[in-house]
Amino acid sequence: MTGIWDWGYAVEVLPALLRGLQVTVLATLLGSVLAFALGLVLAIVLRARVPVLHRVVRAFVEFWRSTPLLVQAYVIYQVLPDVGITLGSLAAGVIALGLHYACYTSEVYRAGIEAVPVGQWEAAAALSLPRSRVWFGVILPQAVPRVLPALGNYVISMFKEVPLLLAIGLVEVVTVARQLSADSFRPVEPLTLAGLLFLLVSLPASILVRRMERRAGAG
Amino acid sequence: MPVEPMVVLDGVHKRYGDTAVLSGLDLRVERGEHVTLIGPSGSGKTTILRLLMGLEAVDAGTIHVGGRCLTHMRRRGAVVPADEKHARAVRRTIGMVFQQFNLFPNMTVLGNLIEAPVRVLGMSEAEATRRAAELLELVGLTDKTHERPTRLSGGQQQRVAIARALAMRPEVLLLDEVTSALDPELVAGVLRLLRLIGESSDITILCVTHEIGFARDFADRVLMFDGGSIVEDGPPERLLVEPRVPRTKEFLAAVLEGR
Repeated sequence: MTGIWDWGYAVEVLPALLRGLQVTVLATLLGSVLAFALGLVLAIVLRARVPVLHRVVRAFVEFWRSTPLLVQAYVIYQVLPDVGITLGSLAAGVIALGLHYACYTSEVYRAGIEAVPVGQWEAAAALSLPRSRVWFGVILPQAVPRVLPALGNYVISMFKEVPLLLAIGLVEVVTVARQLSADSFRPVEPLTLAGLLFLLVSLPASILVRRMERRAGAG
Repeated sequence: MPVEPMVVLDGVHKRYGDTAVLSGLDLRVERGEHVTLIGPSGSGKTTILRLLMGLEAVDAGTIHVGGRCLTHMRRRGAVVPADEKHARAVRRTIGMVFQQFNLFPNMTVLGNLIEAPVRVLGMSEAEATRRAAELLELVGLTDKTHERPTRLSGGQQQRVAIARALAMRPEVLLLDEVTSALDPELVAGVLRLLRLIGESSDITILCVTHEIGFARDFADRVLMFDGGSIVEDGPPERLLVEPRVPRTKEFLAAVLEGR
């Protein structure tokens, strides 16, 4: 069979592509966890105006947001070993994604925190609640649900950026597709399937986020 | 030795940008006294409550509550402006009820009531819940214990907010226009509750209100504010009926005409 699309070959390469997709999803999820946690810390430091520290954080966020993810991934993977920190592709990739997206999620959290009425801060102060309780008992439980859809959108765009990490040797789905194409001289099936797999994950995810948006808007 | 006043303001200055809100205000409120602050908006009366609650900092002057200084503290022998921690400790004896209720919407009514007793006073959850039940009975909302505040009417929310403030067993209670955001038919229930609390406890109460009728039978003393200072100070039966200062006369006439 010599048409432009060979079903037999497509079926043959699918398992390898699916394994690649697993890595892509794993990198996305771990990167998201890091981005959500670190972004929250950055947002709190900025809002609480911790002396000195908040200037450092602001400078870091500006700098990190203005440089490409690819360069950051290279630095983490190839330059850090010079100072004695050697990371595998996945670990370096997750850290690169997490740091990069933390700069965006911190802005998302900031918007959510600012949307909490000032009266909530005042009521918490009037009850003498300790600072940690003001954040984790009063402000964040109101701020975070509102911004979940925005955070979800960043997860999806992070998912689509994982293939960049092939530059640091992460064997994710696009890397697998490229290798298969190179080995067989048949790029159509592996690359098409890789694209479809992305679609298969990000489309339902987008629908889910839109549904969350509607619910957040209604609530 | 004479009993020390509960609240003492000495030469308090406060400005927002170019506008002086309070300029050198002196005020003494005795223990258990019920004081009503009246006056046109922008006259500085709400600012006093906010300074007492530590929501704003004084520009100059001192505030003492229960004999302890709220605005300043001693550090290595020198008197310095109070830090957050010091202010929080003094504020623990003060409760405040806001115009907009400001209940925590992410917690149930019960959650709102036990939050501070558990987290700040270190009360056990069982003890705090028992006390909350008593307070909800007092404010007549036992059946709303497990509701979210957003599902209550404004009047009910405000009664929960009053219960929440009382749950901290404050020595001083600050009421900031607590009926202004309520529909007219809900005002009476809140005022009735406040009268009950005023009669049945020895709490010192500072109350900013436009309800002149309430001011008359609730307060031991009325302060008329204008332009950041107290222009008249006296018992309600005298000040509200036969004001001596023209500004008070004008204000009362305007308020009574407005209804």
